[in-house]
Amino acid sequence: MENQNVIYGINGPVVTVKDTRSFSMMEMVFVGNERLVGEVIGITNQLTTIQVYEETTGLKPGEPVFGTGSPMNVTLGPGIMDNIFDGIERPLKSIEEKSGAFISRGSNVSPLNEEKLWDVTVTVKEGDNLKGGDIYAECPETSIIRHKCMVPPEISGVVTKVEKSGQYKVSDPVAELTDSKGNVHKLSLCQKWPIRTPRPVSERLQTKVPLITGQRVIDTLFPISKGGTAAIPGGFGTGKTMTQHQLAKWCDADIIIYVGCGERGNEMSQVLDEFTELVDPKSGRPMTDRTVLIANTSNMPVAAREASIYTGITLAEYYRDMGYHVAIMADSTSRWAEALREISGRLEEMPAEEGFPAYLPSRLAEFYERAGMVNNLNGTSGSITIIGAVSPQGSDFSEPVTQNTKRFTRCFWALDKALAYARHYPAINWTQSYSEYFTDLDPWYIKEVGEDFIKYRKKISRLLQEENKLMEIVKLIGSDVLPDDQKLVIEIARVIRVGFLQQNAFHADDTFVPLEKQKLMMKTILYLYKKSKQLVSANVPISGILQSGLFDKLVKMKYDIPNNKLEMFDDYMKEIDQTFAGIMSA
Amino acid sequence: MILDYIGVKEINGSLIVLDDVENASFEEVVTIRLENGTLRQGRIVQMEGKRIVVQVFEGTRALSLDNTRTRLMGHPMEMPLSPEILGRVFDGAGRPIDGLGNIFPVTRANINGTPINPVSRVYPKNYINTGISTIDTLMTLIRGQKLPIFSGSGMKHNELAVQIARQAKISDDQGSNFGIVFAAMGVKNDVAEYFRRSFDESGVLQKVVMFLNLSNDPIIERILTPRCALTVAEYLAFELGMHILVIMTDMTSYAEALREFSSSKGEIPGRKGFPGYLYSDLASLYERAGMVKGKKGSVTQIPILTMPNDDVTHPVPDLTGYITEGQIVLDRSLDNAGLYPPVSVLPSLSRLMKDGIGKGYTREDHAALSNQLFAAYAKVMDARSLASVIGEEELSPTDKKYIEFGKMFESRFVSQGSNENRSIDQSLDLGWTLLATLPREELDRVDSDTLDKYYEKAKQQLQSSAAQTEKKENDELGNH
Repeated sequence: MENQNVIYGINGPVVTVKDTRSFSMMEMVFVGNERLVGEVIGITNQLTTIQVYEETTGLKPGEPVFGTGSPMNVTLGPGIMDNIFDGIERPLKSIEEKSGAFISRGSNVSPLNEEKLWDVTVTVKEGDNLKGGDIYAECPETSIIRHKCMVPPEISGVVTKVEKSGQYKVSDPVAELTDSKGNVHKLSLCQKWPIRTPRPVSERLQTKVPLITGQRVIDTLFPISKGGTAAIPGGFGTGKTMTQHQLAKWCDADIIIYVGCGERGNEMSQVLDEFTELVDPKSGRPMTDRTVLIANTSNMPVAAREASIYTGITLAEYYRDMGYHVAIMADSTSRWAEALREISGRLEEMPAEEGFPAYLPSRLAEFYERAGMVNNLNGTSGSITIIGAVSPQGSDFSEPVTQNTKRFTRCFWALDKALAYARHYPAINWTQSYSEYFTDLDPWYIKEVGEDFIKYRKKISRLLQEENKLMEIVKLIGSDVLPDDQKLVIEIARVIRVGFLQQNAFHADDTFVPLEKQKLMMKTILYLYKKSKQLVSANVPISGILQSGLFDKLVKMKYDIPNNKLEMFDDYMKEIDQTFAGIMSA
Repeated sequence: MILDYIGVKEINGSLIVLDDVENASFEEVVTIRLENGTLRQGRIVQMEGKRIVVQVFEGTRALSLDNTRTRLMGHPMEMPLSPEILGRVFDGAGRPIDGLGNIFPVTRANINGTPINPVSRVYPKNYINTGISTIDTLMTLIRGQKLPIFSGSGMKHNELAVQIARQAKISDDQGSNFGIVFAAMGVKNDVAEYFRRSFDESGVLQKVVMFLNLSNDPIIERILTPRCALTVAEYLAFELGMHILVIMTDMTSYAEALREFSSSKGEIPGRKGFPGYLYSDLASLYERAGMVKGKKGSVTQIPILTMPNDDVTHPVPDLTGYITEGQIVLDRSLDNAGLYPPVSVLPSLSRLMKDGIGKGYTREDHAALSNQLFAAYAKVMDARSLASVIGEEELSPTDKKYIEFGKMFESRFVSQGSNENRSIDQSLDLGWTLLATLPREELDRVDSDTLDKYYEKAKQQLQSSAAQTEKKENDELGNH
């Protein structure tokens, strides 16, 4: 093929081509003799602008630019799971084999292992009518995930040829489909999909089921539903990444997609290490069997960082289409927004707030709206839950990324510096955070955990609010002047804060707490409050109640009661009764 | 065929524009020869067809439209490397200035480096014993980590960095394979001299590579300084298997140089005029710390930055904190009170310490102790702010104990001599001794077993020593 298109200008990751009409917007292109991956992001009569996903050092004007005719896309098929990709779906392990510990440029490796044979069961026969999204073959991808090969959404027709079930490579055709116009489509185990286009669904459903995380402050006070969206904003050192890791490890989604977007390399290697060792509590298999990592660390090319979020969500949609519940963690969306800003700056676009482009809110909305609980084209239902970390500059929540994210997410888990300084983790501030999913989820909680759970939750949050008000006074005049019933509120709120909300990710039992134990913990704390209140109103001095040591005992019950010995809570209730009866009679 | 281009088209700040240049490549190095024979170096930063924009490192003073001859060197900025590089001193752009002549290169490397593949990284777990109580106990430095010091003008960050460099001991193999790469960016001559003298006094000068871009040196070279230094560090660590500690000071000057360069290119500024890509740019430096599978060495970074107006939300410390694995923050009021090192404990943090401490690394009680010290010290702050309103007299007995604890914590734990090298056991035991002054039920971050073992022991010692003092005092009274 004769190639007329050559590089004209170079400015950082932005390359321009002069006087050409052969490219289309968002087309994927290869730039230069080393064939660096790029994407067309602007076209005028004179200049076509391309962002390049790799370092541009050493490129020369006059080197060729090749079009591919299709938009920036990812390959979807077996082999995605248990893999680690960069921002444009290049497997980092294969790159390591090819170019060593340091990533060199132009490493064109195919996203999926092309040689591996999969145990394929073909589930259709000749003469079957298939429409977009229908499943025609299955294979075990890892020990827990069964991969389902689906007809690409835009194709439908009659099966005119099938292969026998057996071992096939990713790109081997296993069936042929003839559409109404007589065109024959070969169906292999994989398909391609443009990353910036959401995969179609049949209908969106209301979200009714919570994503159980085992983190008390989230499950109880600020729950998120399967198919929901949440933002975790927090300055550096407040534990965004730690919270994301905890959620990725323990939440009850079938599949986790973890996007490390412009973050630290050592953190990614930690995730790799930990997830390989960790065992999924449901299946007893390594966590990596249900995890995909996308790692575009902060020193890797900035344009690929912008793409990594879309790559992640497209993979999530693909697995959702198979009927799985997928949770995607994006750490951090601020780095993605900064990549947008950087590229926007190179294009000399007119900046809006703080130099971010004016289309920042619409891009954020596009991303978060790809979450949801849906009925798929093939009749199964699945969900995507998005949990995005936000790193506000100077810990200032009024900056554009935090504010715009707040508009498009329904959970807001605000991390707090003061809590983090006191090493209260997870440092989710209970006065600033909120969840809009209560009404959606209450029926589920009532049915599965009992009505009490909701009742307790309300009481707990009321006590915390009351404490918050009292602390204003205490800050001014000290706690000594408060009447005993208010002192009691402060004491019980301490038990709630330290004994309930604070959770130790490194403690074997405390790292994940089932809902039943969360309920019993709340019950015991509230029972102690009720009993103490009776004593206080009977004019027993609060110091006498505190000396019983019960408050401190309840603070430690998260460690002292193992998750599988919940009957121990009864002993605690009895002890409260006995001790207080003792105080009363004394 | 080597071509010289005579004259330039435009001069703007540190940038020059040339027309009709053939066969140039992006980020290629050029040399510019003036009529009087002096040579300057530059780098291509933007290209449009045959028009190229060159950034001149030494500045464009005395350049005119006709008096230059520009030559393309055919390669991007490279650093010559060889084992003989240890003990040498370079300027900010990597040229030897110690009068010992050029490096005879075994190999050359692009100073921009290439990103480490995340799957090839080894997750850092070996702790470095710095002999400083606050750092070892509360924000443990790990080999392969990047842990910056956030300081302000006039505080003792340089002394602290020198003390860390001098005392840093790695738990398993010690000494011989240890080296320091020092990059000075926009610091005063005295400061550079202080570091050189300190390295000399502790006898490690032969293990140090120095890059000096002093405050009166060309600003644009400052952008190259950390890159040259890290390229050398990577060579020593990953080719020669050494454990390298990189000290970079002062990152704020570096960022300001970047801002100057960016605005001269006419780029759209972000916060406080810094370019929008400041995060990516800083990350391209900091992320070069780490350890790599199959290689013996490691690169550990201690960047130092002075926060303008002691403001931690200033873009440079803010973005740095988002990239590095924690931070050591110095505090003006502690410094004014004469405490050394003035480490502000609460905002300081080491993200990697959780996996590098505890049984098998430091001691089993380390994690619990450090959590409890943080929590207790946070309460000290609450008590102090309350005391400032209602007076110390009016505080509850527990709060008074916290005030006492706070004083001792600062004077005995945080403060130590600049030559005092405390072992990890000493630091941890000291922590328990201080906690023993608080009632047991206040220690809610420690499980009961650890309390039984360490808290009770410390408490007994405290009581017996108190009894001894009392006895002694009584004896003395009796003698009189």
